[in-house]
Amino acid sequence: MKRTLAVWFQNRFSAIPRITGLFSGRGFVLESICIGSETEDGLTRLTLTTRGDDSLIERIVKQLHRLIDVIQVVDLTGAPSVERELALIKVQSPNRTQREIVQLAEVFRGRIVDMGARSVTVEVTGRSDKIDAAIDRFKPFGVIEVSRTGTAALKRDEACEKAGRAVVVGMV
Amino acid sequence: MNVKATPKAAAVSAAAAKSGAEILIQSLIDEGTDTIFGYPGGVLLGIYDVLYRTPELKHILVRHEQGAAHAADGYARVTGKPGVVLVTSGPGATNTVTGIATAYMDSVPLVVLTGQVSSTAIGQDAFQEADIVGITRPITKHSYLIRDVEKIQETIAEAFHIAATGRPGPVLIDLPVDVMRATGSYKPESCVSLPGYQPRDTGNPPQIEKAARLLSTAERPVIYAGGGVITAEASTELTLLARTLNAPVATTLLGLGAFPETDPLSLGMLGMHGQWTANTAVAECDVLLAVGARFDDRVTGRLDRFATKARVIHIDMDPASISKVITAHVPIVGHARPILSALLETVTPLNTSAWLSQIAAWKKEHPAITQPTDKRLSAPDVLRQVADIMGHDTIVATDVGQNQMFAAQYWGFTRPRTLLSSGGLGTMGYGLPAAIGAAIGRPDCPVVCITGDGGFQMNIQELATAVHYGLPVLIVLLNNGYLGMVRQWQDLFFDKRYAHTDLDPGNPDFIRLAESFGAWAKRVTMADQVRPVIEAALEVVDCPRVIEFVVSREENVMPMVPAGAATTDMLESELIKGVRS
Repeated sequence: MKRTLAVWFQNRFSAIPRITGLFSGRGFVLESICIGSETEDGLTRLTLTTRGDDSLIERIVKQLHRLIDVIQVVDLTGAPSVERELALIKVQSPNRTQREIVQLAEVFRGRIVDMGARSVTVEVTGRSDKIDAAIDRFKPFGVIEVSRTGTAALKRDEACEKAGRAVVVGMV
Repeated sequence: MNVKATPKAAAVSAAAAKSGAEILIQSLIDEGTDTIFGYPGGVLLGIYDVLYRTPELKHILVRHEQGAAHAADGYARVTGKPGVVLVTSGPGATNTVTGIATAYMDSVPLVVLTGQVSSTAIGQDAFQEADIVGITRPITKHSYLIRDVEKIQETIAEAFHIAATGRPGPVLIDLPVDVMRATGSYKPESCVSLPGYQPRDTGNPPQIEKAARLLSTAERPVIYAGGGVITAEASTELTLLARTLNAPVATTLLGLGAFPETDPLSLGMLGMHGQWTANTAVAECDVLLAVGARFDDRVTGRLDRFATKARVIHIDMDPASISKVITAHVPIVGHARPILSALLETVTPLNTSAWLSQIAAWKKEHPAITQPTDKRLSAPDVLRQVADIMGHDTIVATDVGQNQMFAAQYWGFTRPRTLLSSGGLGTMGYGLPAAIGAAIGRPDCPVVCITGDGGFQMNIQELATAVHYGLPVLIVLLNNGYLGMVRQWQDLFFDKRYAHTDLDPGNPDFIRLAESFGAWAKRVTMADQVRPVIEAALEVVDCPRVIEFVVSREENVMPMVPAGAATTDMLESELIKGVRS
């Protein structure tokens, strides 16, 4: 099962490789990772997606907590949350297909961010499955290159009250 | 927030200007460092120049950086204080990797200081440059690269705090040479602020009550104690609790000494080469109280057959160790000592006499015995005699393999911090340098290194260190001319095809070799020489003593759980039939 974890950490020396190295070193899956820049409180927020059952996720959360720079880890999977990914898709586009591509982009609420003689670049945001679908639909035109971010996620307002699946280790 | 004010030398005025190297050494002294295990090199010259002027800080010059890491590890295991390592950049740093991994696996506090090329040269493949922080990232509890001379003091304070508290472990600090040369200010006070690191000490009271209730229902309790009991200085509490509950105690390899093996409640070691009775008692128990142990695969064997009848209480400092391999019914996060104290106040004595007499019967029927395959000395017999002569306050450092398992089975540990052994990583070559660290950390205790002809040769250069500092370590070399444990597996599971485990053709004359280092050395081949030669060795007090015992070539460590088998399916010596009839 796909799981989304939010990790708050102090982005000190070597903190990010320590987090990602944990996944490779312990055989955990790291499907995507999305890291912002430091906020005013000195913390950096990282959102990652991984796969595993409850017990594996518990192990991952505990191992993340062992890292000195990690402040908090929250499993967003069960909680109502907003998840977004952004993709830039560069599609082959001789003049005759430009119109179709623009229409297709509109279907996915995409924006045209660049248009050249031979290609169009579309920006699409949404959940991962929507991005997958968009890329799929552009394929017949010839996708030259795709740049995708990882998933960024936030709990929805009401979820903050219920806390959902929020896992905070150290409370055993 | 963890705030820790460190005591400072009174003579130091506020914010005195010093070089980075001076601040480093002063900060180490502030943290209570009395000994550094090190090896100089190009980028360390400035630091060594400060050490030259700081005679109160003892520096032990090892002969290989791996030896420095193991010696610091041995020092840490006997004193409970972080061991400090100082090595140069590049090869000096990479040579410590095995020692750092050894300490990491066994939760030993180390502060490893590595020289580094100038911060302006980092990343340019400079001479003797290695990304040691990157190389050691998975085997350190935390690591630092200091780029600012003003950060040295707080980094050292943080490193010692992290290394020694919670579940201890090695912390590495990379020191670029230009930062050591730079001038900075030394402040009389420093504090540690680590919002992401707040190890929980005392256990959660409702969980402790739950554990006490579960224990009160036990008819066949077993306590399974690991190295965490020793780290937490909780041996006394463990012993009192076991006696209150009338619960037998099995220990892991690293837990040996946490509970006196002379106590009738002791089951000895459990696991792959543990006692038959210890493994069977765990399989049959109804409540298993695991303290400071992590259900290592060498302990559990086949997981679906491990302690299947038991409700499990698991006390551990590291939440990540709990329910990692075996689900704990009652998890308690925290230090063993306060938690065991709290349990002691809550539990009521149990009547387990039926269970204990069952265990006594098992012990009688299933002792650990081995069978020499030739007329040479028997290693267990040698070790029993050494243990008998040396006494209970002796510190034993082992290597890895048969010598280690024989030591674990036959020494009879009664006190915490008297066994140093690489349990997690299984590092051959650990024994001698660890014994050196122990001899320096506890000059008041006799120190024995139990090793084999394979492991001894892996760090034999450290004999020079022991001679240099006049350390009277007694090296018990069990020479069977084989990589004994690997040969044992080839014997049992590969039809005696001894692929590349015979060391005999190339083995040196260990006596002449040891003597050439300046050590005292004698070879023993006959059973009646064992005791007189040990006694003669003990007359020598100012240098290391090597006794080579020429032991049976193919004596196997028994009993044994084959890899992947259940711990109740143990192989035992053929001779066991004679015991039972």
